[in-house]
Amino acid sequence: MMDHLLWLIPAFPLVGFILLALWGKHLSRFWTAIIGAGSVSLSAILTLFIGLNFLSSTPADGHYSQTLWTWFEVATFIPKITLYLDALSLVFVFVITFIGALIHIYSVAFMAADKDYARFFACMNLFVVSMLLLVLADNLLLLYLGWEGVGLCSYLLIGFWYENPSNGYAARKAFIITRIGDTAMAIGLFVLFYQFGTLSIPDILALTPTTWHEGATITTVTALLLLAGGVGKSAQLPLQTWLPDAMAGPSPVSALIHAATMVTAGVYLVARMHVIFQLSPIAQMVVAGIGAATLLIAGFSALTQYDIKRVLAYSTISQIGYMFLALGLGAWTAAIFHFMIHAFFKALLFLAAGAVIEALNHEHNMFRMGGLKSKLPVIFWTFLVGSASLAALPIISAGFYSKDQILWYAWASEHGNTTLWLIALFGAFLTAVYTTRMLLLTFWGDAKTAVSHYPSKLMTIPLAILAFFSLFAGFIELPHNFGHLTLFSDLLHQVLPETILKAGIHGELLFQLLAMLVTFGGIYMAYILWYRKPQLTEKLKQSAPLIHLYRFWFSGWGFDQVYQVLLVKPVVFIASINKNDVIDKFYQGIAILMVRLNRALSFTQSGSLRWYIIGLVVGAILILSIQVIL
Amino acid sequence: MILVYLIGLLMGGGVLALLMGQWNNSLPKWIALCTVSTGFILLLSFWIDQSRIMNTLLPETWMMEYRHDWISTFGISFHLAIDGLSLLLLVLTFFLGILAVLCSWKEVKERIGFYHFNLLWILAGISGVFMAMDLFLFYFFWEVMLIPMYFLIGIWGSENREYAAYKFFIFTQASGLLMLLAILGIYFIHGSNTGNYTFNYFELLGSDIAPNVAFWLMLGFMVAFVVKLPIVPFHSWLPDAHSEAPTAGSLILAGLLLKTGAYGILRFVLPLFPGAAQLVAPWAMLLGVIGIIYGAILAYSQTDLKRLIAYTSVSHMGFIMLGIFAFNELALQGVVMQLVTHAISTGALFIMAGMLKERLHTRDLRLMGGLWTQMPQMGASAILLAMASLGLPGLGNFIAEFLILLGAFKANVWLTILATCGLIFSAIYSLRLIQQVFLGASKNLDPIQDFSWREITLMASLLLSIIWLGLYPQPVINTVRPTIKKLEELFLIEKEYGHILINNKRIDSLPEKNVRQVKTELVPSNTHSYVR
Repeated sequence: MMDHLLWLIPAFPLVGFILLALWGKHLSRFWTAIIGAGSVSLSAILTLFIGLNFLSSTPADGHYSQTLWTWFEVATFIPKITLYLDALSLVFVFVITFIGALIHIYSVAFMAADKDYARFFACMNLFVVSMLLLVLADNLLLLYLGWEGVGLCSYLLIGFWYENPSNGYAARKAFIITRIGDTAMAIGLFVLFYQFGTLSIPDILALTPTTWHEGATITTVTALLLLAGGVGKSAQLPLQTWLPDAMAGPSPVSALIHAATMVTAGVYLVARMHVIFQLSPIAQMVVAGIGAATLLIAGFSALTQYDIKRVLAYSTISQIGYMFLALGLGAWTAAIFHFMIHAFFKALLFLAAGAVIEALNHEHNMFRMGGLKSKLPVIFWTFLVGSASLAALPIISAGFYSKDQILWYAWASEHGNTTLWLIALFGAFLTAVYTTRMLLLTFWGDAKTAVSHYPSKLMTIPLAILAFFSLFAGFIELPHNFGHLTLFSDLLHQVLPETILKAGIHGELLFQLLAMLVTFGGIYMAYILWYRKPQLTEKLKQSAPLIHLYRFWFSGWGFDQVYQVLLVKPVVFIASINKNDVIDKFYQGIAILMVRLNRALSFTQSGSLRWYIIGLVVGAILILSIQVIL
Repeated sequence: MILVYLIGLLMGGGVLALLMGQWNNSLPKWIALCTVSTGFILLLSFWIDQSRIMNTLLPETWMMEYRHDWISTFGISFHLAIDGLSLLLLVLTFFLGILAVLCSWKEVKERIGFYHFNLLWILAGISGVFMAMDLFLFYFFWEVMLIPMYFLIGIWGSENREYAAYKFFIFTQASGLLMLLAILGIYFIHGSNTGNYTFNYFELLGSDIAPNVAFWLMLGFMVAFVVKLPIVPFHSWLPDAHSEAPTAGSLILAGLLLKTGAYGILRFVLPLFPGAAQLVAPWAMLLGVIGIIYGAILAYSQTDLKRLIAYTSVSHMGFIMLGIFAFNELALQGVVMQLVTHAISTGALFIMAGMLKERLHTRDLRLMGGLWTQMPQMGASAILLAMASLGLPGLGNFIAEFLILLGAFKANVWLTILATCGLIFSAIYSLRLIQQVFLGASKNLDPIQDFSWREITLMASLLLSIIWLGLYPQPVINTVRPTIKKLEELFLIEKEYGHILINNKRIDSLPEKNVRQVKTELVPSNTHSYVR
């Protein structure tokens, strides 16, 4: 049993964070790198160790758990600091530590010239700690700790280069928008607590089927509240707007946010609480709907970006959309499988893009890149592999196997239907187009910017490792008409239910062929539009209806503008007109009244005898006349 | 006796500091530091001692009592007693007292003796408020903390100090007078009912007051406490007082003076008038929620650093109001946590504002920016404090706010949802604070020092406390549990019979007896075994 070692997984990076935060100033770069990257690497190694142990002799109850201490105890509310590792969290912990470690190693070289070296690694370590606590938490309150910690770290790292106020803006945007989701989730926790008297995840999952009825309002409300939290962190509709701006941080940060941490938190939450979602068909439908809408919207936006990192950002939103779609379809394991494969290729793509940007002296614009195929061969080949996986290039790429599953379930699962399938298929087409476009613009064509830096070994080795997994990790789970290997889903079925198919569904092969066709079609279209006939593209872009559409997509479907008008401006307006606190005016009014009264009365105290006599006489007359009248 | 010593120590130390201040400028500082530290160590050892008992058996509500006749013709006695709540707040008082002395070490340069006299007498007044079990004595201490604070703001404050001091004085005094009326009211009613004219808290607990009279008496108390807390719309003295006061003044105002309001509600309003409190509960909770959101929006728009922090206090105190009137253990424990953690985190923010003012000679946020480059230590502390203020889990404030919201959710779902939205606003203003002061392009080109050793010690003690309270708050929870349990029980019974009590004025009906039974349980039974 490895229960007692569980705490070490988050403890390594936590110690790394503390050391770097307290003594970072006094440490040399070498030691900073050792502590920063070493701590996460140790976690990764330990995870492999524990993971192998878990796989070889899975405990009877399907999980390891370790209670560290009782957080607090009030009345019947007794949340504990308990770590809980089952098959689902194992997959997440593996991705977080393993990819996290590779990103850290890459960063050692990538950030070498930065003046805040220690601060960078301190925040990165804390990021990994938070995410680990999130997925290892045994109760929702501890999960919430990791959840908010992830938000904090994203804030710190997106705004890492703090001198530029626009980076600070992006950082705050990320924090505040995700906080909106978090708030809904907190309310969800309140509901769960009063329904079950506990926030322990295993207890809640065990009690749900007996306590709640399928389709009951309370189930749907709770599921939707939790979903709101997930939508915020995972940058899904309607809270997706923070992610494209999150590019303000250094490239390894983007890799960490997009691949190993943060945006996958929502996927984890929904998968973890799947019992509640299963009981609410409406919530399931909403999850699938959000996923489908998001993957489409983000796909169109990715098509129009010129900043290479923004293309990748929108592609993440879109791919997470696929995961949400799968979750909504009840294809739980397919979602998690796509999560893992996506983590490999997206980390790869961001790190490679970072290397390209650095090589071209911080040039982000793809239209000023080009011709890097021969100049940066290692980057080119790894980027090519990552792109292939993102575009789901049939048979050879891992992305094909994970995405194909989702496409198939969009048709065949009991929640699937033609619309969802068509959207998913069209999304796959879009993905192929924008990925190929990115690849062509960056690596083919004429070189428009000279290469100034070449990536070091510390940067290329992690890329090569990630490329390996982006190609071959898909082979652990093959379709049943093609190899029929189910290593991954077998593992996860310990935790997640099997996907229920509609009765009498056939022709998986046909759908696979269609998916392949669509991918090749997308690649070919991009080849024509951005390589063979770029003039045609320019002409198309300038034509009347298309240019508006282009701008609309480019701005992310106008969500930012709408929020600006509907939410930001009113709040800022109210705040600014009430800066001096209208309530205080009331009290000032009383004070002014008193002063006036004082002046009016003191006026009568003139010291002049004549006035007093007149006053006396007038007063006497008044009193007498009143008496006479009455 | 230890209770009397505590107050005597502070008052005596104050007088000594005043006298020594005539000859020497550094002596008063050391005197003040020694007195407060002695008291702190005394209390801390007592607390540790008590917590050992708390872990093994369910402790008694009352831990210590001291009583001596004062003006016996009017039934006034010098009566002090502490339970877990008082003890906790006393520890907090002395802890922040030490920090208050330390943070004015360099800031105050004029009339040092008189300054420390005032400082110590404020602390004495606050300690007295937390211990007094005689309503007259309570009122006395209530005034003792007011007048030296008036001087502190009026003499050592910044530009607009006189206005702020007046405003503070008038708000507190006017509301205090209403409380005095209510105290006299309950005194005479109890006296004419029983023939026993007394200000003794424990005896007054059992008094029968007609519900409609009880309602007005309760309002008298409430006004005083709500102004102190403060709750919108009675908050407008606070931004002025906080921003004009010297650093130690702001620290004590935010950390302790506001807490006396919450303490007053918990100690007097709820146990003396449970029925009336129940009646106003929805309105009180509504005011709390309004405070949370109104304070947060105002905080966002401020350009003066200390005013911004002051308005965040308004917002955070709204949570206290919301929690108190939810009347359940979760929320009440959250309230106590909020008292402690807000004192620490906001106190720390005010200390930091003081440090910034020492360096930059301004509180204007528009003149700051990019200070991280030169002061990463202060910047990191500020981020931690901002995170505490926006309720990041792992820090004490989160436990407080989460428990309050969780408890309040049971009492009123919709108000709690609104209050939860306050968490979004707190993120908005906290992050704006960080951005304006520490991030962005550097506007200050003069070299400025990061923390000195004195400042590191100060800040570290506060930051560590806030982290400790976030990760293992159990000692605090255990300390106040008996008090909270008793309060909750009172309202469980009140809830069952509440309607009868409010609508029928039959005093001798069954429910009333039940209530009285619980009320008398609040009286110390065998406190004498604990008296030292």
